[in-house]
Amino acid sequence: MNKQEFLLKLGERLSGLSPEEKEERLTFYREMIDDRMEDGLSEEEAVSAIGSVDAIAGQIPDDTPPTKATPKIRLKAWEIILLILGSPIWFSLLVAGLAVFFSLYVSAWSVIIALWAVFASFVACAFSLPVVGIVFIFGIHKITGIAIIGASLIFAGLSIFLLWGCKGATTGIVLLTKKVALRIKQRFTKKEVA
Amino acid sequence: MDLQLKRGLLDVCVLAAIQDEDSYGYKIIKDMKPYITLSESTLYTILKRLESAGMLTVQTVEHGGRLRKYYRITHAGRKRIADFKEDWKEILTIYRFVTKEDEAHE
Repeated sequence: MNKQEFLLKLGERLSGLSPEEKEERLTFYREMIDDRMEDGLSEEEAVSAIGSVDAIAGQIPDDTPPTKATPKIRLKAWEIILLILGSPIWFSLLVAGLAVFFSLYVSAWSVIIALWAVFASFVACAFSLPVVGIVFIFGIHKITGIAIIGASLIFAGLSIFLLWGCKGATTGIVLLTKKVALRIKQRFTKKEVA
Repeated sequence: MDLQLKRGLLDVCVLAAIQDEDSYGYKIIKDMKPYITLSESTLYTILKRLESAGMLTVQTVEHGGRLRKYYRITHAGRKRIADFKEDWKEILTIYRFVTKEDEAHE
């Protein structure tokens, strides 16, 4: 069984748990498998070292402490009235805040797209300019032709550098997105106090 | 072994595995292996219990393009180990007394 199959099967067996708890357990086992693979085991070996899905799922009712009902936050009447009365202010602020965040995120991605566009144009230049250069050398003006071919080499060199930059920027923003998403998730998933 | 006793012992073992430096799940299991074999699901439960009790904190760290959870002992966790050592001194004294009675009967 490979990692994906194992996690899928385990996920099915854990369907009785809350979505957060299920995800947390799956993350835990995923990390365990990844660490074993990093230690030199093959994917299959790493999965079988964890034990069978049935054994893991069977053990869960024993070791899960009886879940305490999380006390619901009760709002007092005046708090509810304040919330409603204040809603024109806090709701619009909330929407504005979200909009600012969203626009920042979109602009970050547009910078990335622009970088890739520049990269694409450099590559296009690197490939198309030699053709133009050759046409110039044999037809119109020799020196200009050589200069154009030289320029194409510069574009080719720059595009290689730019590829690193573009890749770095893209992975950077993807990582940042993951981190922010994780933070937001952690904020909303309250840890249960046993 | 009494379940409650075993549970307490395992808690201290896991705390001991992270007392010198922050550690992660697989490393904890590996470090404990010469002494006790611990299954992943048992470790998960212990870590959750210790976290809720404020004896360790969890940090998610990026490692080789993926995320890995590191566990760090807190002051309360260190106190738990210290208490364990104190308790066992007493228990050992009692043990010696109990086994002495046994020997006398033999």
